[in-house]
Amino acid sequence: MTAAWRAATAPRWMIAGEWHAHPVRIATAVIAIAIGVALGFAVHLVNASALDRFARGLATVNGGADLRIETTSRQGIGENLYPRIARLPGIAAASPVVVLHARIGGMPVDLLGLDALRAAQVTPTLLPRPGAGDPMAVFDPQSLFLSHAALAGHRVGERIIVVVDGRAQSFTIAGSLPGAQARALGMIDIAAAQSRFARLGTIDRIDLKLAHGADTGRIRATLNAALPPGAILAGTADDADRTDALSRAYRVNLDMLALVALLTGAFLVYSAQALSVARRGPHFALLRVLGADRRMVTGQVLAEGLVFGVIGAAVGIGLGLGIAMLVLRLVGGDLGSGYFSAGDVPPLVFAPGAAAGFAALGIATALIGSLVPARTAARIAPAVALKNLGDAIDPRRTPAILPAVSLAGVGVAAALMPAVGGIALFGYLSIGLLLAGGVAAMPWLARALLAPLARRHFVSPAIELAVRRLWGAPSQAAVALSGIVASVGLMIAMAVMVASFRGSVDEWLGQILPADLYLTAGGDAPFDPTAQRALAGVAGVRHVVFSVQRPIALAPDRPALALVVRPDAASAYPSLGRRIAAPPGRIGIGVSEPAARLYQLAPGATVALPLGGHRVLAFVTGIFRDYARQAGAIAIDSTTYDQLTGDTHRGDAAIDIRPGADPATVIAAIHRRLPPLIADTIQILPVAALRQRALAIFDRSFAITYGLEAVAILVGLAGVAATASAQTMARTREFGMLRHLGVTRRQIVAMLGIEGALLGLVGGIAGVGLGCGVAQVLIRVINPQSFNWTMDTRTPLGLLAGVVLALIVASAITAMLAGRSAVSVDAVRAVREDW
Amino acid sequence: MLARLLAMLALLGAAAPPAPFAIARPGAAFAFPRDHGAHPEYRTEWWYVTGWIDGPGGTHRGFQVTFFRTATGLAADDPSAFAPRQILFAHAALSDPAVGHLLHGERIAREALGLARASRADADVAIDDWTLRRLPDGRFVTHVAGDGFALDLAFRPTQPVLAQGDHGYSRKGPDPRDASRYYSVPHLAVSGSVTEQGSVTTVTGNAWLDREWSSTYLMPGAVGWDWTGLNFDDGGALMAFRIRGADGGTLWAGGTWRAPDGASTVLGPHDVAFTARHRWRSAGTGAAYPVDPLLRIRLPGGVRTLPLAPLFPDQELDGRAGGSPVYWEGAVTTPGARGYLELTGYAGPLKL
Repeated sequence: MTAAWRAATAPRWMIAGEWHAHPVRIATAVIAIAIGVALGFAVHLVNASALDRFARGLATVNGGADLRIETTSRQGIGENLYPRIARLPGIAAASPVVVLHARIGGMPVDLLGLDALRAAQVTPTLLPRPGAGDPMAVFDPQSLFLSHAALAGHRVGERIIVVVDGRAQSFTIAGSLPGAQARALGMIDIAAAQSRFARLGTIDRIDLKLAHGADTGRIRATLNAALPPGAILAGTADDADRTDALSRAYRVNLDMLALVALLTGAFLVYSAQALSVARRGPHFALLRVLGADRRMVTGQVLAEGLVFGVIGAAVGIGLGLGIAMLVLRLVGGDLGSGYFSAGDVPPLVFAPGAAAGFAALGIATALIGSLVPARTAARIAPAVALKNLGDAIDPRRTPAILPAVSLAGVGVAAALMPAVGGIALFGYLSIGLLLAGGVAAMPWLARALLAPLARRHFVSPAIELAVRRLWGAPSQAAVALSGIVASVGLMIAMAVMVASFRGSVDEWLGQILPADLYLTAGGDAPFDPTAQRALAGVAGVRHVVFSVQRPIALAPDRPALALVVRPDAASAYPSLGRRIAAPPGRIGIGVSEPAARLYQLAPGATVALPLGGHRVLAFVTGIFRDYARQAGAIAIDSTTYDQLTGDTHRGDAAIDIRPGADPATVIAAIHRRLPPLIADTIQILPVAALRQRALAIFDRSFAITYGLEAVAILVGLAGVAATASAQTMARTREFGMLRHLGVTRRQIVAMLGIEGALLGLVGGIAGVGLGCGVAQVLIRVINPQSFNWTMDTRTPLGLLAGVVLALIVASAITAMLAGRSAVSVDAVRAVREDW
Repeated sequence: MLARLLAMLALLGAAAPPAPFAIARPGAAFAFPRDHGAHPEYRTEWWYVTGWIDGPGGTHRGFQVTFFRTATGLAADDPSAFAPRQILFAHAALSDPAVGHLLHGERIAREALGLARASRADADVAIDDWTLRRLPDGRFVTHVAGDGFALDLAFRPTQPVLAQGDHGYSRKGPDPRDASRYYSVPHLAVSGSVTEQGSVTTVTGNAWLDREWSSTYLMPGAVGWDWTGLNFDDGGALMAFRIRGADGGTLWAGGTWRAPDGASTVLGPHDVAFTARHRWRSAGTGAAYPVDPLLRIRLPGGVRTLPLAPLFPDQELDGRAGGSPVYWEGAVTTPGARGYLELTGYAGPLKL
């Protein structure tokens, strides 16, 4: 026997033999790995594609300037800042920009007011290309240049109505924007933007080109010193930060779920390999007798794991690519989360690095899952193993609980750690440790749960046999249970978390939506005081609360917060925890829970808000729950805001109707009362419909999560089935023995069914218990650390009971199905298999 | 992109209707310092300084600093500070025979918020850091910087203003409306510093300022012009130009000779003749320029022949990369005088 033969042939025939004998079990393990790899890779790809598209879109609008000075609010920056900045040393060129959020025929378009001559030096991609005719068109106040996406079927030369905050102005389409075809972008002359849309004296952005070889750090410092309140400095790095921050937590969450799927895969590999090693004890013993050393046996089992891993990873990468394409097509680039509201489907961006990374993870998972079984196989004493096929643990010894308790203890400690860079790394570590602890506790737990049964004697031999068998072979039971417990635990954890989240969102919607009808202008603010009075005077309207959301930036590297302007802002939303009255003469504001956590604000804190060109010190009176604006929100009183900014436009209205009035009639009356251009862009919804829509958005954003759950259930059940059948097949000799002792086939099948049911029961109870624990980590650690919001725990008892029941039934049935073929073997032959 | 915009601006003259702009008319005297300032009611205007600078060791270089103003005819009533009524652009070039071609630079901006401005009160034009203005003591000062060079120069008038044509009404064609308001300040004493490739030298020299504003500069059929302004060593000054048609023939010509004693002679279309001698062909643009023409002017005392010789042949300003038209603007000498020669419309019809 040559070394080459030993190294290659023996493993090959053993792996091939195993594949022939137990295709389902091995396939399950491979599939689990494939699914983990596929999900992780797909989530990564979809998000990378969406981020790429979103970042490109943002870069398009920003035009690729070296640095930008931006307004922190909708009030803009005084235009006199522009010449001051342009004259600073180190600034090669400065281009002033008015940024308008326009609607053209109902379509939202980013409309930039530019000085084409300045933009030519700083942001040449934003330059217009005039159509045929007058080249002066770039300066003409009547000219509008549209990107291909914004053109939407219109032609150069057409007159077109542009609506900005309810103000409609007519322009001539004078040409295109060749540098921004995919983004809905428009360009008009900066003077037209100012004088035709009531923005005289203000600009929103100054794009900067730095002098060649200038010291960026020093220029940033000079600029920061020169900036008035209401203006911040931003560069492309800040854009990336902001874009990344938008979805990082959501993305990391999904990635972590994918990793958790991989972890389940590891347990399934472990379970499959452990069973296989136990069953093939004689094979390994034979190998040892034939001269193989321990390292070769270890290598043999690890090689099997490697094969599982490679196949799983390869299938997973292909599957992930397919899923990513499908998801991009069906759900959109934001995975249904609504973070990137780009209209069309972003192209898939393939990431070879990520593919390699996830494949390596899958292979590592399979190897880790095989590690313990490999060492077990190597420790098999040839003489004993060749004769005996039993549980290695003495049934009289109580299984140890200490390792499990230690793992769980470290897990709990990890859950108490703070987030790392906005990512709940320790939270995920905690989940992994809790799962490992739960699995490690299985032999002990199985004993503890079966103890009451084991002390009793049953009349039915089937029950008696089943209980004794499980009691006597705790580690085999534990191996079968590990995969079940891991996948059920995760599934339950996700289910409890989503139920808690949805319940909290539902309750929150009830709190913030007390009126009958809700009107929204989709982010615009078309209602000036006159329009507001007109709206309040519509027949059937009892009371209207007008509000508006304006972006307000407190830090350049974070997305802008939403400044919610409404009457009685401080008391309009129920407070989480205490509420302090603002001291006399101070401006009181409410901050949302995410804002409070992102900016470390507590009631009594002071925030400097850039409003109306000043830094206004505001007093935090309370913190309100808000699931809608992840970047944070600040609620400020209308009167205060109007005085500070002079901005009296509003975009949203909560409308109470008179008792007995018909909502549909009132909605129609409001639509009739508004100018047609505004009426076309607003939406009015009854409160029930709005709530429904909000929950529909919630469900859509968790669609991927539900999908993951379903996959976890399927993998878990497949694992149960495969494990049960494998164990059953391995016990053919035992059944033969029982037959010789007078136990009928029917009784053996019944015994197996009861065994399966008991296993399912134990696994279910353990999984549910573990899941509820992991759910608390998700609710109290992962969510607050990732999304900066909290929620109240809600336990979906029906679902929990259903899962346990499904497990019991599934494992009983699979055990019986496998048992029927096992006992059909002739009893005499079955016993003689004992060599 | 900038190129395209500048090219667009170059088309202004041809494209926009003349109706909203003022027409140059005879019979009005200049009023200074007001007329040193901008005349935004006219479509086109320039402040054009050309001259010779003398460095240490007897080196001679030529330079050009030009600010143009163009009215768009747009946004007359727009209250915005960015209202696009006036576009300013500027060219600067340094002619160093040691380099053998022009070092040049350009700026362009709309008049807004003081960053780009052309005062109506006195000479004070600026685009960002490029400036040309008149000081209270009567000197003009400029700062311009291009690729590899910078000029910080002061120009002290040593002679009175020279009103061109009929007391500043300078005809450019047979139609009396094809005309400009035009004066020059010859024999400006130059002082200041020139930076070339990082090395700064203190210089002196003499220069020529041309101030011209018009709404209808080029008559129909004109493709360009030849122009020269010469400072004579004895104190005399000559400006002569001809407007060329597509066939190279002269459509119109004119000029002014001011003798050292201050007596001016206005030159009519038949008093000025440019005759090409050699042509220098630009490898870059393919244009062939008559860089050493024979200039003949008819004075009351007889015809005077002035053979012009360039400081070096390649003084073509190829502004295509920056979007400007291509023209030849070079330092020239003739016995007893030195000055500048401008040749436009040789690389294709010029549209101003």
